Order: sequence, then C-alpha cells, then structure tokens
Amino acid sequence: MASNTDLLLRRILTDVLGLKPGQADRFTADTGLFGHLPELDSMAVAGLLTEMEDRLDIVIEDDEVDGELLESFGSLLTFAEGKRAQA
Amino acid sequence: MSQQSYPSPLPGGGTAGELALTFDRARPLRLLIVPALFDEANRLRRLTVEVMRRLDAAGIDSALPDLPGCNESLQPLDAQTVATWRAAMAAAAAWFGATHVLALRGGAALVPPGLPGWHYAPAKGSAILRQMLRARIVAAREAGVNESQDELLALGLVEGLELSGHRLGPGLLADLRDLAPEPGDRITTIDQDMLGGAGLWLRAEPDESREQADALAAILAIGMKPAA
Repeated sequence: MASNTDLLLRRILTDVLGLKPGQADRFTADTGLFGHLPELDSMAVAGLLTEMEDRLDIVIEDDEVDGELLESFGSLLTFAEGKRAQA
Repeated sequence: MSQQSYPSPLPGGGTAGELALTFDRARPLRLLIVPALFDEANRLRRLTVEVMRRLDAAGIDSALPDLPGCNESLQPLDAQTVATWRAAMAAAAAWFGATHVLALRGGAALVPPGLPGWHYAPAKGSAILRQMLRARIVAAREAGVNESQDELLALGLVEGLELSGHRLGPGLLADLRDLAPEPGDRITTIDQDMLGGAGLWLRAEPDESREQADALAAILAIGMKPAA
C-alpha cells in the first residue's frame, strides 16, 4: 500500500509541474524525473524542493540536492521517506 | 482595460512614472492589487488580470501597478528596497483612490496601511528568497559549480546578487530575509483552499484557471459590496 509520503509526493509533483490529472498516479519507482520531464528545469527543481519542505515538514540541505536525488520517482521518494523518519 | 502611469516616489526626491494596468470607469468601489514578487508575479499575472476582468463586469474598478524595477519599470531593480516598494504602493493607492486592497503572495508585506482588503496566499520574503537561491544553486551545479545559500547570501549582502535573472541589491536582499506579511485588523487572508486546485504561482510554466479566477473574484466582489 502506498505510504502517505508517496501520495503527498505525487500531489506535489502534479501541482508544481502542472501534470495532467492521473499522470503522477502512473509513476513507478523507475519513472525518470530530472532530464525526463521537460517541465523540470532548475527553477522548477527549486520550487519542488521548497514545496516538499512545506508539505512534508522536512528541511533539505543544499548538499543533499544532486543528480541522483532527482533521477527517478523512486529515488526522490526514498529520500523523502528517510527525511520524514528522522523528523 | 487601459494602461496608465502613476507617480512613484524616487529615493532622492521627485517621482517617476510607473505603469498601472487599470479598469477605471470612475466607479466608487476601487481595488488596488499589489503584485506578487519576481517570477511569481509572472506566473500569477494571467489569473490577476482575469480577476480584474470579472470585477469590471461586477461594477468594480481595479488597478495593478508595477513595482519599481519590475515588469515595465524603467527604474533599476538593484536600487529598490522594501521601503521604495512600499512607498510606490502607497502612492499608487492614493493616485487611484483605492477603497480596498488585494495583495498577492509576497506583496502582502507591501500593502499600504489603513486600507481594508485581502492577502491572497501570503508568503514570507525568506521563503521566496530561499527558492530563488536554490534555483541558482541547482543551475550552477549543472554547470559543475558548487554554491551554497549561506555563501551566496553573504556575498549578496555586500555586492548584490543575480537570482533567476533578477539583479537584487544588498538592501533588498537584507529586507527580504525579514519580510513578513502584516495582517492588519481590516485584512482577511484568502488561502489557496478557498479557490480550489493548486496555487498557480507553484507552476513551473505559467498557467491559468477559470475556476480559480471565478472563485477569487467572487470573494472580492462579495466583500466589497456595501451592506444593503
């Protein structure tokens, strides 16, 4: 069963990237993000991280943001779940 | 809809003309709209103007002034501070004869005192600044350069800083860190939940929403109508 973080993350991606309804529901752990979604440029990455901080109640440090973090939906979800477990 | 020029005070004295988009038929209900800041103003511009069109149809005049240094302004952005922006919004309110005010996002901290009205999804300056710093860091990293928010801000407070294409002076950067909406007795907050859907300022690409424009215009029109 999908975790609460999973659902929130799909919602955040939909809101920030203006995805079509249902598009994020079909994301799997392997779905590519940065470099795969044309909407996800550096400004959008910044918006995405800020929304994740707000809605997931976490703090993301500058040095945690790298290519791997945004490689796939799975990598971003693993990161977010780890952060929330620490909080 | 028309474009007018309002006299915005210059820091050294005198005034400069700044653009205001207006629906002005000399009607008694007059709404000043304080824009959102930087990129958020662009992403919310269509929603803002769509709300103005709906208010016009409902018999309400409105004005959307530029902040000095932004949009069509001829003033340098890096010479602006929160004080020059507040002075400009106060001047715009007086020039337009505003009876009410609507401030969008970061604009909530620039509202002229005394006017009744609304803050739409008010945002702190520190949150807006954080996001712009982050966008620069992400872009720099793609180019193989490592920057940090603390280092950038420390540098910016001395020399100014270019963020998302906006050249911000040390004064404005310092102001933004502490800028927070000031809810007055006569100000009501409109949360995004009240409009339905996700905030359009979040969008990576500018978008529009008829439903959100309808909802926002309805809240404003009902709130501005005098009690029968």
